[in-house]
Amino acid sequence: MEWLTQPWPWYVAGPLIGLTVPLLLLIGNRRFGISSSLRHLCAALGSRQPFFQYNWRAESWNLAFVLGIVAGGFVAGALWANPNPVSLNPQTALALAQVGVSADSGFLPQELFSWQAVLSLPGALFLLLGGFLIGFGARWAAGCTSGHSITGLAALQLPSLLATLGFFVGGLISAHLLLPWLLSWR
Amino acid sequence: MAFPIPDEFKVEAQTTRPTGSLLAYVPYLLAGAFFGIVAIRSEIASWYRIYEMFRFESFHMYGVIGSAVLTAALSLWLLRRLGVKSRDGEPLRIRPSDPGRYRYILGGVVFGLGWGLVGACPGPIYALLGSGYAGALLILLGALLGTYAYGLVQHRLPH
Repeated sequence: MEWLTQPWPWYVAGPLIGLTVPLLLLIGNRRFGISSSLRHLCAALGSRQPFFQYNWRAESWNLAFVLGIVAGGFVAGALWANPNPVSLNPQTALALAQVGVSADSGFLPQELFSWQAVLSLPGALFLLLGGFLIGFGARWAAGCTSGHSITGLAALQLPSLLATLGFFVGGLISAHLLLPWLLSWR
Repeated sequence: MAFPIPDEFKVEAQTTRPTGSLLAYVPYLLAGAFFGIVAIRSEIASWYRIYEMFRFESFHMYGVIGSAVLTAALSLWLLRRLGVKSRDGEPLRIRPSDPGRYRYILGGVVFGLGWGLVGACPGPIYALLGSGYAGALLILLGALLGTYAYGLVQHRLPH
């Protein structure tokens, strides 16, 4: 039963993630994509902006899907949580030490995600800013990593290739420039 | 089913949904749970793995994304070749994205900036929320605010 709590290698996890695409097509001809749920949530919360005036109930399968992800996250991350920290490349751990982030605090770094970080003003602003960019960028690009980098690339759609390149350029800028700069402010 | 189901689904199931049953959501809930478990076990929801990926210091994330795309592409090809239909009898179809260039590149970069900071894309945000990380709640709140802000200014942006 050790496989329940131990990390799965990429050649197991990747194909399982890929199978989500045909799975949702077979269930109801739905395009696998997760960030649309954020738009549906805004619409369901009653936004009066024209962008959110549509029949979100017709897309409510997507909300059921993300509710399922929350449940899956509970099963794998709380019930069957891996007791060991993420095993990192020593070079990555060294780079983290230089910006003051511990490499052995579990699944996520404590310095960014613990209650202490969440309840501090800089810590909370950091997470809100990251989330804001994700939500804004995902709607502008009409999709996120699931809709573009998995589904769209598998369907050989050019817009998804452009979006995926964009995701990567943005991520490189953040990891190499923005993140060390923001962390130096603490 | 042990999953909690919000009220709005119930109302809808009784009134507007042709299938007429809350049961219609069960396959989507299960598919989501499957994805959530894989997101945690594969550690693609870990901030550390994303940081490592952007520093090119591990093959793991590239292996996951690459083999996921390959599996999805092969299964699409196979299902179409076999003429498999979805449960409602329709031919399988991946809806194409709208035309345009700027929105995908510029929006993609903005998304990537956020992804590289908090190390979670939307799927992992939900999975981390289920795992009980307080930080995921703030990321989700930020993502909802960002989505709303896009709705406010979309007409002034290049697409």
